[in-house]
Amino acid sequence: MNQHINRRHLLSAFGALTVSVVMPGVSARAATLGLEKRPALDPKKLASYISIRQDGTAIAYFGKMDMGQGTDMGVAQMVAEELDLPVERVLVDMGDSGTSLDQGGASGSTGVSNGGVTLRNAAAEARRLMVDMAAQHLGVPAADLVVDSGIISSKSTPAKKVSYGELIGGRWFDSEVEWNGQFGNGLAVKTIAKVKDPKDYKVYGTSPRRRDVAPKIMGTGDFVTDIKVPGMLHARLVMPEIAGASPVAVDESSIKHIPGARIVWEKAFLGVVAPKEWDAVKAMRALKVTWSDAKAPFPEQKDLYSHIRNAKPVKTGGEGAFLKEPEKVADAFKGADKVIESTFEWPFQSHASMGPACAVVDYQPNGQTTLWTGSQKPHHAGYGVAAVLGLKNEQVRGIWVPGPGSYGRNDAGDAAIAAAIFSKAVGKPVRYQAMRNEGTGWGPKSPASVHTVRAGIDKDGKVIAWHFHSKSFDRLNVNSNESYPGDSLPGQLIGSPPKPNNVYGTPSNSYKFPVRHETWEVIAPMLDSGSPLRSSHLRDPLGPEIHFAHESFVDEVAFATKRDPVEFRLAHVSDQRDRDVIKAVSDKVNWQARTGARKERKGDVAFGQGIAYSTRNGTRVAVVAEVEVDMKTGKVRGKKFTVAHDCGVVINPQLLTQTIEGNVSQALSRAIHEEIKFDTKNVTSVDWETYPILDITERPLTIDVVLINRQNIPPNGAGEGSMRPIVAAMANAIFDATGVRLRQGPFTPDRLRAGLA
Amino acid sequence: MAKIELNVDGKSHTIDADNDMPLLYALRDDLGLKNPKFGCGLAQCGACTVLVDGQPVRSCVTPVDSLGKSKITTLAGLSQNGVPHKVQAAFIEEQVPQCGYCMNGWVMTTVSLLATTPKPTDAQIEEAMTGLKCRCATHVSIMRAVKRAAQA
Repeated sequence: MNQHINRRHLLSAFGALTVSVVMPGVSARAATLGLEKRPALDPKKLASYISIRQDGTAIAYFGKMDMGQGTDMGVAQMVAEELDLPVERVLVDMGDSGTSLDQGGASGSTGVSNGGVTLRNAAAEARRLMVDMAAQHLGVPAADLVVDSGIISSKSTPAKKVSYGELIGGRWFDSEVEWNGQFGNGLAVKTIAKVKDPKDYKVYGTSPRRRDVAPKIMGTGDFVTDIKVPGMLHARLVMPEIAGASPVAVDESSIKHIPGARIVWEKAFLGVVAPKEWDAVKAMRALKVTWSDAKAPFPEQKDLYSHIRNAKPVKTGGEGAFLKEPEKVADAFKGADKVIESTFEWPFQSHASMGPACAVVDYQPNGQTTLWTGSQKPHHAGYGVAAVLGLKNEQVRGIWVPGPGSYGRNDAGDAAIAAAIFSKAVGKPVRYQAMRNEGTGWGPKSPASVHTVRAGIDKDGKVIAWHFHSKSFDRLNVNSNESYPGDSLPGQLIGSPPKPNNVYGTPSNSYKFPVRHETWEVIAPMLDSGSPLRSSHLRDPLGPEIHFAHESFVDEVAFATKRDPVEFRLAHVSDQRDRDVIKAVSDKVNWQARTGARKERKGDVAFGQGIAYSTRNGTRVAVVAEVEVDMKTGKVRGKKFTVAHDCGVVINPQLLTQTIEGNVSQALSRAIHEEIKFDTKNVTSVDWETYPILDITERPLTIDVVLINRQNIPPNGAGEGSMRPIVAAMANAIFDATGVRLRQGPFTPDRLRAGLA
Repeated sequence: MAKIELNVDGKSHTIDADNDMPLLYALRDDLGLKNPKFGCGLAQCGACTVLVDGQPVRSCVTPVDSLGKSKITTLAGLSQNGVPHKVQAAFIEEQVPQCGYCMNGWVMTTVSLLATTPKPTDAQIEEAMTGLKCRCATHVSIMRAVKRAAQA
């Protein structure tokens, strides 16, 4: 039987459209890619980043992965640009700890800005070395050589030429790079070669097509859920009704009628395995368990925000020049003619990935253990699996295969650890997939929070003091780095202690006020271990909610001082690139100045328009949202979004535009629908009925994207920046339409009607 | 357990299964097909959609013994000799998917819609598609692709 392993990897690598390739296992794939003779991965070796095959194509080894935004194509373009190769002759082998260094996986929108830049530098060095080799080979000075499509030729004697493939094809570069000593997102290399001058760009700014699209649409590509290994068993977890309860007795006879079904039970970790997947599901449902008498751990949902307000902080922090001199902040507010204050509340939200997470682990204590995972961080997930199995990191190969969505630390990190525990317990390869209620109900959540913003205004209407304060659950109660089993639900269930990070964040923008103070407090989780409300990163971690509060309040202050929101922003935002996106978006929509809600109405429908802006690691985004509010039902429709986007140099405008469209639409979903519901015992948002997301009938009718291309500025990363200001722009548009200032999300009909009443 | 015959993508298969096992598990686990996905098991998302005699059906809640002699078509069964169905061609042309896990539902539902309504209005597209989920939120690309397919 063939192992249908990593077929998608091959399809992606070769850019095949409809070819169905079935490779018999990892070793055959290695042979195809010429990896069997490869020197060991070493961050100081150029060969760890790039190779040239005999046909002259290049392979870049990318220790991150692409979740469908086209990151790998961006990387291919960066490498092709430096190598002077057509992009179709650059393959990106990604997300496999067996073929690439630990570049941190997908994380913080650094795929292009960090990971891609490293491979770009390696490509430039490879080109430099090959030009030197060609100079020797052809007997001409390097300065006389030009490269076109992987052919190096003499300018003075064009007949003298040699190809990359002829020079080094099939052999590995034996050359060093200057490594900065870091792994993960921070891994960077310097080389002797200079990267290309932007004026010579040929591949940047073009829009070659993604390689994973056709296999996904034709049904020929593998997802992690499709991985099959000979002898593999299917596993399901059995979770308690009351969060925090653990099994005290398990009735084996309750599943003995199910062929091959077995129980795996270690401390609070309880699950079943069976040779057939449906039998595993049946056994999970049939298993009779007596659970410990756990106390219901949560307050009533209606008391969530008072719980946050009243809870004692476990950690405080902040940003700005006044952190050590809070008395100066207090003095500034005392000197104000008027103080405005508002409080904003945001619920727990879920990644709610399209399918519940899945992982396959083949535990081989005396050989190589393999993890197939949909996790964003296959290297780190591999370390976590090694730790839970008592193996060394190098004994586990973590291979990323596309999973059902991601968007941060979703349940994929839990599935990897669960599959490992199962595989070790039964001594066979195990495929674990969660059920829907686990994916939404038990997956990590973005933390619920309360944000209080105050502005001190002087008698001339000038802002003299500004204080932004957040109080929240931990942004990383489980770390998004998956290297430690205690950062996963199954790890916690087998007794790995949680290690909360107790960190939060502050707004990101360049407003200047005489006193600007930003502080936060993190509170303890409501259930320390094994909690369905354990908090972690969700796409643009904290971004939508912090900037909902900040940018809503900017509008409040603008109107309180009788100023137009665009004019107010342009007057206080100090960075020129930031001002440019605000200007670009307001010009694009032909913004009409206003100093209050305009409340435009046609019958029962109110129309409004709102602006918001924010920055993220150098990327700046301003957006204008246009909404309709049904004044009878309270339903909000986000009809049109105009986005001005500056992420430095634009590598692939088409993929960037579609990334922005996805972010806008997902943020709209977060804004109007998403709120994790719970009762005192457990999370009750467990499926698409109890955790609704955007429907096609609610999609934006228009998303108008203005890309500002800064050719001379390195790419800043675009994966998440446009998530950030959308919720705020919606809130400001709803105010413009109705005069109702919503300070608690999501903006459901109930909240709108309550505001209108 | 019963012997159950299934006609999938033009081929006949016989499997041993519980009568009430959902069709999805037969397709994925017994027949080794990958295109229908497990998204929710509750008929709430569409990731498991197959066509049964041309009609989109949620295979995660369809008992495997309820199919009779019906012809089941999966996503991979739409293409002929590797040539994409026009709906697939349109979804590829528009570069619709991000993670792609939901695409099965959207493509299959579009195929069924265009079979009965070759030139659908926006409202007809929405009516056919409402309830399908796409967590990456590629809805605007999906609409472009459906319209492109309708013009093909």
